[in-house]
Amino acid sequence: MSTVLEVQGLVVRIPLTFGDLSPVRNVGFSVSTGETLCIVGESGCGKSLTSLAIMDLLPSRARRTANRISFDGVDLTAIRERDMADIRGNRMAMIFQEPMTSLNPAYTIGNQLEEAMLRHRKVARSAARERAVYLLEKVGITAAGQRLKQYPHQLSGGLRQRVMIAMGLMCGPKLLIADEPTTALDVTIQAEILHLLASLKREFDMAMILITHDLGVVARVADRVAVMYAGQVVETGTAKDVFSRPLHPYTQGLLRCVPIPGRTKPGEHLGSIPGLVPNLIGEMKGCSFRNRCLHASVECGAIDVTLQQIGPEISYRCILPVAVAAAYGLEATKA
Amino acid sequence: MFIYFLKRSLVALLVAITVSIISFMLLHLSGDLAQSLAGPTASEADIIQVRKAYGLDRPLVVQYGDWASKAIRGDFGESFFLKQPVFPIIVDRFPVTISLGVSALLLALLVSIPLGIVAALRPNSWIDRLALTISVFGQAMPSFWFGLLLIMLFGINLRWLPVSGTGGWQYYVMPAVTLAYYSMPAFMRLTRAGMMEVLASDYIRTARAKGLRSMTVLFKHALRNAVIPLVAVAAVQLGFALGGSVVIEAVFSLHGVGYLGWESISRADFPVVQAIVLILACLYIVLTLFADLLNAFLDPRIRVN
Amino acid sequence: MSAESHAGAIETTEPSSGAQLRRRLSRHTTFLVGAGILGFILAVALLAPLLAPHDPYAQNLSRRLIPPVWGSGGSWAHPLGTDQLGRDYLSRLVYGSRISLLIGFSIMITSGIIGTFLGIVAGYFGGRIDLIVNFIITTRLAMPVILVALTVAALAGSSVRNVIMVLSLLLWDRFAVVTRSATLQVRALDYVAAAEAVGCSTLRIVAGEILPNILNAIIVIGTIEMANGILLAAALSFLGLGVPPPLPDWGAMIADGKQYMFFSPWVITIPGIALFTLVLGINLLGDGIRDLTAHENRT
Repeated sequence: MSTVLEVQGLVVRIPLTFGDLSPVRNVGFSVSTGETLCIVGESGCGKSLTSLAIMDLLPSRARRTANRISFDGVDLTAIRERDMADIRGNRMAMIFQEPMTSLNPAYTIGNQLEEAMLRHRKVARSAARERAVYLLEKVGITAAGQRLKQYPHQLSGGLRQRVMIAMGLMCGPKLLIADEPTTALDVTIQAEILHLLASLKREFDMAMILITHDLGVVARVADRVAVMYAGQVVETGTAKDVFSRPLHPYTQGLLRCVPIPGRTKPGEHLGSIPGLVPNLIGEMKGCSFRNRCLHASVECGAIDVTLQQIGPEISYRCILPVAVAAAYGLEATKA
Repeated sequence: MFIYFLKRSLVALLVAITVSIISFMLLHLSGDLAQSLAGPTASEADIIQVRKAYGLDRPLVVQYGDWASKAIRGDFGESFFLKQPVFPIIVDRFPVTISLGVSALLLALLVSIPLGIVAALRPNSWIDRLALTISVFGQAMPSFWFGLLLIMLFGINLRWLPVSGTGGWQYYVMPAVTLAYYSMPAFMRLTRAGMMEVLASDYIRTARAKGLRSMTVLFKHALRNAVIPLVAVAAVQLGFALGGSVVIEAVFSLHGVGYLGWESISRADFPVVQAIVLILACLYIVLTLFADLLNAFLDPRIRVN
Repeated sequence: MSAESHAGAIETTEPSSGAQLRRRLSRHTTFLVGAGILGFILAVALLAPLLAPHDPYAQNLSRRLIPPVWGSGGSWAHPLGTDQLGRDYLSRLVYGSRISLLIGFSIMITSGIIGTFLGIVAGYFGGRIDLIVNFIITTRLAMPVILVALTVAALAGSSVRNVIMVLSLLLWDRFAVVTRSATLQVRALDYVAAAEAVGCSTLRIVAGEILPNILNAIIVIGTIEMANGILLAAALSFLGLGVPPPLPDWGAMIADGKQYMFFSPWVITIPGIALFTLVLGINLLGDGIRDLTAHENRT
């Protein structure tokens, strides 16, 4: 497994008249070929902006800085907009949350699919059309040839999301970023789409980043998990570790809030996390979760909490559960 | 789609009939036509004679029926002043007014769409503010005065263009500019607002996520959707421009339909006026109908159903 | 933009929303410039007998087309010169403001009443009534305004009253369209349904619940139609069928000056600037009110 994307120290700032809003603060993670990384967190935690920052598709007012965004051997922090456009939709593709509005109403599905390939490959339109038909069948759309002539408004939300997935795959990307791809869809269709994404990832040997707020989705498809809170990654680990031995109080709280098939006993009460997400405007000090944390102490507000790396796969941003680290038989080291 | 078109045409037809009644009534209710025809010095006996001669003593409904049934066949009666059939007189003048209206429309679109796009791409930039200022000033200037200022500058001082009259293309430049200046603000605002809305939409993000060049994103994906509402407004504006060409044609002595209407009104030639009002109204109705159809054609959400 | 919203955020702590709106109005440049221009012209109109140096109707054929004071041959006796009949231009301009304002306000109020009535009736009752009103609006839009107005003026005789009447009957459409959709929106709100449920009469609902809510929109359209009415009335005068001579109407002054503009350009530039300034003032005022009330609705 080779690392496809490595992000370090990613910051997104939005300048406002009374101070900078920092929705993404010092985020880092990596993802390898054949692997699914789930970035999970509640709405407003910065997970979507993180994905847009990687694609360089942030709203024009937002400013991106990073120590390192390395994709497939290319340093994305240092390349020109033109070169980034050559990568987008080609080696790195993205699927969005809103299939209903993400396709252009004025053009046929076929036109929009072919366009994605014609932009990056020197192929004839007929070849692009063949590829489009092939991929539409791959994503489970029947009568693909006829669908190409249809307009987005003639398709249901589930079908449109399948079209978006096919569109992302047109150039055979190394990395597919899916931002809440199932949130806007019916529950029954959600499962199908997730299944589809997982099998496509295997078949096309891609790396995948799945952004979601739904821990049920994470449990189903994730290889590794990055939990985000208030613009920071608060815990990373393999899906198995995070679900069975969550280290950060926020992750622990999150897992108490949702029933996990096979883990939550019938009749057991679900938890909740009291309190509100902190304001992300201006400079911040201390642990951003401390006002909602059951274990918070004075120290949590006094020092900047850094990620504790315990082993190659596991890290968490908390000063408290040193005992947990001991449970792994590992020495806690500062990242 | 077909049903929609049918309904739409039916309404258009009803509107046309109503307008024909109004334009007919206008003359008969706003004064004694026979009195106006006979002139201020006419005696009572003269007026009665005129009334008989023009059939004005018949009931209004009969007069309307007579007028309307002939109008459908293009017979709008005879001009009181020119003593010729009305329809050929008007047809003769139409090319001038249509040339003026269409060139003004094209000019307005040619200027305002690019300005609107730039303003949408750079909101609050100097060009956005300039465009806004031009349109605020333009809306406040009486069109006939603006026309006269153009005449003074380009006709009298610089001598670049003929001051007034009807002739080759040079005679249309200033009238078209004047007329265009009044539809520009609407087009510009619409383009700007449409582009800003479209550029913020999800499918533009999708297009960028495909790595498309910014020109492709702008012209293929954004502009196509932003200009759809412009079509309807352009048709309406053309209709208004044809109707409002009276003033411009009067300023520049351009002998089009509007000028004919003005002349006819001042010499109490009411059959001509009636016909012009009706024809211009019908033209407007046809234009808006056409705009609706074009709209449906351009927007697949309406076309393909 | 952001500075404005910042200011708005601070002001939300203030007690009365009327006071808030007044304070915001007092800071809005567009609104202030517009109100200033309109206020100035209004003052000129009211004080015309004091401001005009001469009788606006007094002809003096020996002093025809004297240039304004800055032109060669101009003098302070006639600061803006004289017209082709030797009448003092400044005096005519000053008295002309009365005519333009009278026409503008009258058209705004009359067409406003017609349009608002039709719009509210259509929006409130909906169904067949709405269809009929829509049909009337469509028909009205199809009529070529200037030609129809000219025809009526020619037949009924040109007078200030007739100009106001015919233009009022032709300019109500925007009021109707806007109040109709505004009424539809307000109609859908819960408290109107509540008022209906407790048995309030239709009139009471319209007067008490709907009118106050669409007042902002009506005022904004009012400024647009006032400007529009003044421009159209001036165009009618220019075409010789609006305000009759010898009244000092600005549009008529331009029409009269047209044939002298080659050698005496001021005879058309001066009344033109007056018309332009008045209409600009009204438009700016309307833009300002629209901006500010839209802002108010957001917060």
